[in-house]
Amino acid sequence: MANMLANIFGTSPVRPLERHMDIVYRCAKKLRPFVNAVIKRDLKRMAELRSQIEALEHEADNLKKDIRLNMPKSLFMPVPREDLLELLLVQDKIANRTKDVSGVIMGRKMKIPKEIAPQYLEFVQSNVDAAKQARKSVRELDELFTAGFKGAEVTLVSEMIEELDEIETHTDEQQTRIRSALFEIEKSLDPIDAMFLYEVIELTGEIADMAERVGRRLELLLS
Amino acid sequence: MEYQTTYIVLAAAFGLFMAWGIGANDVANAMATSVGSKALTIKQAILVAAIFEFAGAVLAGGEVTSTIRKGIVDADLLIGMDDGAKMLVYGMLAALLAAGTWLLIASRNGWPVSTTHSIVGAIVGFAAVGIGVDAVQWGKVGTIVVSWVVSPLTAGFIAYLIYRSVQKLILSQDDPLAKAKRYVPVYMFLAAFTITLVTILKGLKHVGLNISIQSSYILAIAIAAGIAVLGAILISRIKPDPKAEKSQHFYTVERVFGVLMVITACGMAFAHGSNDVANAIGPLAAVVSIAKNGIIGAKSSLDAWVLMLGGAGIVVGLATFGRHVIATVGKKITQLTPSRGFAAELAAATTIVIASGTGIPISTTHTLVGAVLGVGMARGIEAIDLRVVARILISWVVTIPAGAVLAILFFLLFKLILP
Repeated sequence: MANMLANIFGTSPVRPLERHMDIVYRCAKKLRPFVNAVIKRDLKRMAELRSQIEALEHEADNLKKDIRLNMPKSLFMPVPREDLLELLLVQDKIANRTKDVSGVIMGRKMKIPKEIAPQYLEFVQSNVDAAKQARKSVRELDELFTAGFKGAEVTLVSEMIEELDEIETHTDEQQTRIRSALFEIEKSLDPIDAMFLYEVIELTGEIADMAERVGRRLELLLS
Repeated sequence: MEYQTTYIVLAAAFGLFMAWGIGANDVANAMATSVGSKALTIKQAILVAAIFEFAGAVLAGGEVTSTIRKGIVDADLLIGMDDGAKMLVYGMLAALLAAGTWLLIASRNGWPVSTTHSIVGAIVGFAAVGIGVDAVQWGKVGTIVVSWVVSPLTAGFIAYLIYRSVQKLILSQDDPLAKAKRYVPVYMFLAAFTITLVTILKGLKHVGLNISIQSSYILAIAIAAGIAVLGAILISRIKPDPKAEKSQHFYTVERVFGVLMVITACGMAFAHGSNDVANAIGPLAAVVSIAKNGIIGAKSSLDAWVLMLGGAGIVVGLATFGRHVIATVGKKITQLTPSRGFAAELAAATTIVIASGTGIPISTTHTLVGAVLGVGMARGIEAIDLRVVARILISWVVTIPAGAVLAILFFLLFKLILP
């Protein structure tokens, strides 16, 4: 018997979205040990972590496609479908950037100059923190749906997003400092290596940018 | 009238089959939410459903049964006919068989059809074509059809209001658990009060009890207060689970709503029994009355055994296949958490019980679907598939002519082969 009651419920995108963000964060988190291995010139460990990052990025990608397929236009939801799809897209970009950073470093067998190594590692950590805060905020999605996007839950999530913004501002400052530190030593580096170091720093910073955009998207759902 | 035993046995067999089908399929809608949200285990759900479906059928199923039995076909017109009594017996048998067959076809193909729509369509069909267009009480049929639109809308509206109030009073507050413990007993009182009151006012006279309006209210308030106090005691025993709450802030709050949901599930089972039993036994009751008295329209009361048979059929269906359906549906409707499920169930149960009290056969499942949409309108449900809602509307329109055509065929067949 086609049960009417059972079938009127579409596949809820909420839990899958939370799960996607979980995978994305697990992916981003790998960047710190990866950069550590780069600084230590531990090639074996680098390759190992690089393949883990790739696997997680791939997993996130598959889940993203799955969620999209299960969100047909006929779905009636408390929030616009487009907003949720956009949220999914920026979540996924966090994993993409992580993969890009590790890819450039790996592909060009890059070394991080020891003058900026500690700073860069710290910078990576802040970006991972931003991703973590984004995950924390996204985890509130199901509560938001239950509360109907009203009241105390909204305040809670707004505060989380504010904190996320602060972390992102902090990474921006770090990025400026690290760039000027690199500028100081760039003459001593191979020009192409230096160019790519700027590129890697830029890409790393985008992790926090994307995390912040996750926050912006969530905020749109609250309004 | 000759061959009366044959007619009664045939009608009882068909009626029992319908009741069994209702128990096997439709009851799941009333109970699955409680199982899905783990407010009840499957065993408890079946026990609750058995008791309250039966009680609903026997205590409050009388009005709707009498509408199906004598409200749709104009008895006066048949009295004037030579073999009017026989025609009505054939017709009711044909209607039962047609509705049962249509439900079977629909189930096999996965169409979401309603038992009520099938049986009403079938009765109207045989009466209009088999006897004559004038044999149908079109005014009454019109009322029934309008109620099919009105009941889901009403339930949806009530569900919207209830869920909005839950959001405002409990879910959007700083301390939802404390608020839930305070307000949930109030919802319990409201749920128990409405259902008992309508039952006492409209249902009990069928079992021979007559209570004055004033004492009806007092009795309903007393019962509802008792249930609310019992619920409050159960709720006060619920302790927060910090570990589970870390990943889901509403974990303990939902457990409080789980207690409430047991009560609304009882109400829903009761309401369902009161409205849907008539689909199976209304035609049976008509056949029994004619066969026993030999004439149409005799002032016979509804035999208690007929209601019992319907109630028992539902319970047997529940026990045989219902278990499986409840488990399947329960898994699929996890979105209907206790806080949402109770709002939908309470709204639907209230609407259905009131309709039962006034004798209108409505589709209980469609009413529940309307209530779920109402919760969705209150931004309460994560995702509702509107394609399925559209399919339900289409099946609504198809079921009535389908039931009618089948009933006409069976009617002509019975005229040929039955004595």
